[in-house]
Amino acid sequence: MDGEKLKVIICSGTACFVMGGSELLLLEDELPEAWRGRVSVEAAPCLGSCKDRSCGRAPFVKVGVEDLAGATMPALLALIGRKLGETLGG
Amino acid sequence: MHYNNNASLVKRELLIRMIRLELEGRLEGGIDRVPYEMTCEPGYQPIRVSVYHDRSILKSRMVARLGFAVEGYVDDGTSLAPLVRAAAERPAPEGPILTVLDEACNACVKSQFLVTNACQGCLARPCVMNCPKKAVRMVDDKAVIDKELCVNCGICQNVCPFHAIIKIPVPCEEACPVGAISKDEEGKERIDYSKCVFCGACMRECPFGAMMDRSQVLDVLRRKCEGAKLAALYAPAVAGQFRAPLGKLVAALKKAGFDAVYEVARGADITAEKEAHELAERLEKGEPFMTTSCCPAYVETVRKHVPALAPRVSDTRTPMHYTAALAAAERPECLRVFIGPCLAKRKEGIDDPLVDYVISAEELGALFVAMGIELGEEAEEIVEAPAGQGGRSFAWSGGVAAAVGARLPAGVPFKPAKIDGLSKEGMKTLRAWADGAHEGNLLEVMACQGGCVAGPSVIANPKVALMQLKKIAEASGN
Repeated sequence: MDGEKLKVIICSGTACFVMGGSELLLLEDELPEAWRGRVSVEAAPCLGSCKDRSCGRAPFVKVGVEDLAGATMPALLALIGRKLGETLGG
Repeated sequence: MHYNNNASLVKRELLIRMIRLELEGRLEGGIDRVPYEMTCEPGYQPIRVSVYHDRSILKSRMVARLGFAVEGYVDDGTSLAPLVRAAAERPAPEGPILTVLDEACNACVKSQFLVTNACQGCLARPCVMNCPKKAVRMVDDKAVIDKELCVNCGICQNVCPFHAIIKIPVPCEEACPVGAISKDEEGKERIDYSKCVFCGACMRECPFGAMMDRSQVLDVLRRKCEGAKLAALYAPAVAGQFRAPLGKLVAALKKAGFDAVYEVARGADITAEKEAHELAERLEKGEPFMTTSCCPAYVETVRKHVPALAPRVSDTRTPMHYTAALAAAERPECLRVFIGPCLAKRKEGIDDPLVDYVISAEELGALFVAMGIELGEEAEEIVEAPAGQGGRSFAWSGGVAAAVGARLPAGVPFKPAKIDGLSKEGMKTLRAWADGAHEGNLLEVMACQGGCVAGPSVIANPKVALMQLKKIAEASGN
């Protein structure tokens, strides 16, 4: 899995912003030094998850193939750590 | 308190649900079910003793969202429908704009210092040695503070080598810069409106969401429904609340039902222009300095707490007022709805005959969500009569002074200074200026630390909002 970056897509749609998602855009400032370069962060227009109640609550973030609902900065960092651990541990 | 907190989210969810019901024409019949619907998911964790208590409190919170004061409201088991009707029929919004929900108020213990079990009962015992009131004693090898003797000076906390002593604050009282909040006989918080400056700090800081503003969003929706035309006057800070360019915000506002959209930054350009000339005139007359006047919480602070400073406050009107005047001249058929991040503007709006309603950035966000409006997907409109860089800079600390400075006639010395947030520290600086200790000739004062981008009713994290606003301002003309 070398060279493959973990892709984090932060939804910056209206519902996600209203439910506190804007601060997730500061993710890059919060990433530990060791994780930088192994994670790519992008903000996306509405991912559409808010339209489907079964997806859970806004704000939403996609981490690799996994969807995180009700995202907060600590929850997002924890998920990224877990994903990176998995990737590294192989 | 951190921007991302559950009390804010509960408020926004209530707003979204209320607006959705209203738009579907089902508010009267559906409002009573909202507290249930918000707490019925499997795995719901009650905040209080039971889910029933949570629902009762949510119901009381809805009273403020309908625009009423909750003092005196008793949940007697009857429907909220009569209040919905009363809200629809009220001719104009009323003050006071804040209301305290006793049922939610935790009645926090009086602010106090407490020795935790991290106390090691050390030999040095600086807490005992340094307490000026001899209120700290050792009991069973642990320090204990005698509440009768303690005067809350905090020396024991500062000198403890183990950080074993903590302060338990009353967050709303702590946040209030002017001492307007105190407990009544029953330990519940009361706001003294002869002192309150409507900065909204208590509302932002209460961890139980007991300090509430009274919404006017339902009034706006009803007027629209009755056929009124509406003009949206959006504050400079609002442009940073959604991740979308101004043209999309304008399109979204029109889709939401506003017939005309005005950028309050245009009024801010007028304010900056007038303040620049006013400053030059005042300095010419020999006055030592002038202060800005666009922050209504600051102006109220001077009026109620630092009257000696009143002659130094600029007589220029606020961006909201000038924008409302523009809208009144161009689109007199429209009701004027100011949209901003500020609580004090609601008070200013009630006092200014040119402004009909004031809704918050939070309420606008809830309106967009309830209507399913996705800003990113809107076709970008051309912003007619765009504001300049100066006006668009009014939303952050330092931005107003810079805009005034840029318009100052040549040859006038410009020495700007600012008070970034009317904290207790900010109040001290303000009093020092009033007493003659000043460095500078233009004092910009913003009640919220960081400026309006950090107002009590914002949606976006102020850092994120500021980045976007600066980008917008930098791309603007003069």
